[in-house]
Amino acid sequence: MFTDEALDSVSVCSLWRKSRQSAQESRGCQTRAINSTEAEVQTVSTTVSCTQTEPQDQATEQLLQQHLDQPEPPGLKDFLQRVEDAVIRELVRNARSHAFDWFQVNWEDHSQPVSCLHRLQHPSAQERGLHVTSVSWSCTGSVIACAYGRIDDGDWSTEKSYVCTWNLDRRGLNPKQADLVLDVHTAVTALCCHPEQPALIAGGLYSGEVVLWDTSRTQDPVLAQTGLSADSHREPVYQVAWVPLQKRGEFGVLSASSGGRVLLWTVDLDQGGFVLNAAYAMLRQQLPHSSSSSFKARGSSTVGVTSLALSPWDSDTFLVGSEGGLLLRCSFSSQTPAAVSSEGQSVTLRAPAVFSFRPRSGPVHSIHCSPFHRNLFVSAGTDGLVHLHSLLQANPLLSVRVSDSYIFQVQWSPTRPLLFAAATGQGEVQIFDLGRRSLRPAATIDQGGAGQAATCLSFNCQNPHLLAVGRTDGTVGVWQLSADLTEQSPRESSQLEQIANQVAE
Amino acid sequence: MAEVEETLKRIQGQKGVQGIIIVNSEGIPIKTTLDNSSTVQYAGLIHQLVMKARSTVRDIDPQNDLTFLRIRSKKNEIMIAPDKDYFLIVIQNPSD
Repeated sequence: MFTDEALDSVSVCSLWRKSRQSAQESRGCQTRAINSTEAEVQTVSTTVSCTQTEPQDQATEQLLQQHLDQPEPPGLKDFLQRVEDAVIRELVRNARSHAFDWFQVNWEDHSQPVSCLHRLQHPSAQERGLHVTSVSWSCTGSVIACAYGRIDDGDWSTEKSYVCTWNLDRRGLNPKQADLVLDVHTAVTALCCHPEQPALIAGGLYSGEVVLWDTSRTQDPVLAQTGLSADSHREPVYQVAWVPLQKRGEFGVLSASSGGRVLLWTVDLDQGGFVLNAAYAMLRQQLPHSSSSSFKARGSSTVGVTSLALSPWDSDTFLVGSEGGLLLRCSFSSQTPAAVSSEGQSVTLRAPAVFSFRPRSGPVHSIHCSPFHRNLFVSAGTDGLVHLHSLLQANPLLSVRVSDSYIFQVQWSPTRPLLFAAATGQGEVQIFDLGRRSLRPAATIDQGGAGQAATCLSFNCQNPHLLAVGRTDGTVGVWQLSADLTEQSPRESSQLEQIANQVAE
Repeated sequence: MAEVEETLKRIQGQKGVQGIIIVNSEGIPIKTTLDNSSTVQYAGLIHQLVMKARSTVRDIDPQNDLTFLRIRSKKNEIMIAPDKDYFLIVIQNPSD
């Protein structure tokens, strides 16, 4: 029933593939060729220009040389012979003549010798009736610093005071609004701007402290302060001055007080302020005896220093004026120990005085050394006289009556050797010219307002036509001086030399 | 030649004399002891001034004439001896 069956294979062709293949078609496609073009552009401009000057005409030179070779121009010899005698006669006469010696033509300004430029004031100091005690120009000559205090009050007080600065070159200067006001806890008695750094101002206080302000620091302008230690002054500081130290460009502060001490401070910011460098004590029994002075020992042995001056010529010399009218020449390098115990002091006190000038009849308020002659200085005090002294002679060379009242400050002009100005208790500033025959003031600065003394003045070394004057009414006047008062005339230096070589009677 | 030089030397030897210039009537320098540029400057300017001074003197009084001109300045004095054909200019600083 069941048999093997062999079946033939049946092949079935795929119709699908065939049908797909038959549907295939091939097509072609091509885009058109892309055309690219490159274009460049560049501009070039070149200009060449030449110029040449003609060679300079040497005609005159040739002419001069020509005549050296050529024969004399006709008549030249006769001409010279004719005029020679007359010309030589005139030359000799002219060399001997003194006809024009003091003759000066003023072509430029026929204006007033002095005129007021600014009247600076600090209203809150004026309200409290504070006086201007000191003025000082910064080393650039554009900033004036002014100290407030009292000159009529001898009592200790804790009254607050100010130091103000105005920049005169600033646009929109407001004379009633200082650029900078430094508050100080007591009256300021002395002020001096640093000779090289415009921001630094040294000041002396009524309490005996010495302060250094840096006006570029807005937060705390006090850079250094002596405080009240055994080293410092215990009486009002009447003058401070910058002293060049041995190292170039470094300065110390020299301060003088009525306690009879002159102290030299150096500023050491690492040690937090002032460091006492040298200390000098003025003692009556150690003063050199001057031949003409009648010398009496009195109760007090210290000599209250009221004024101080440095010599611009001799860095070892300084001059000191005292409450009792003494005028002393002192030496920084003196090694004589002072006859006073220096207990508690970090530096030994030394006695610096080397020479005594003839004493004056009242406190010496001001001394100033001439910037044009190494031996000359002026001093002024309560007697109303300005004495012109030579460092080499005890007696004054010349004494000029400036005022019937006190003189608070006297200063030489920085540009005219024969000119000095004095601030008087009557409120005027008298400017004297020693070149004039008569000893009357060459100019008077008077701001009006009777009973207001002029307490201080300062010539501006950078702008010599400016003079600042501080007064007891709390104002600082900035005055313009005419060319007469600022320009040196040809024979002034030799005349100053003559005065210096005089022998005092 | 020598005599002219001798004369100039004698004048130059006087006290304070800084320079001598001889100028002819056209204002052209003939002899000088100064440098070129100052000579030309002095000669030109002073020639004009002498002419002006001379005409001033003669305009004021036709019988009069300029004989000598001295100019005093801050720094020196200039003396001029005029003549028909030449001027002699001497610059002197009397305070030297």
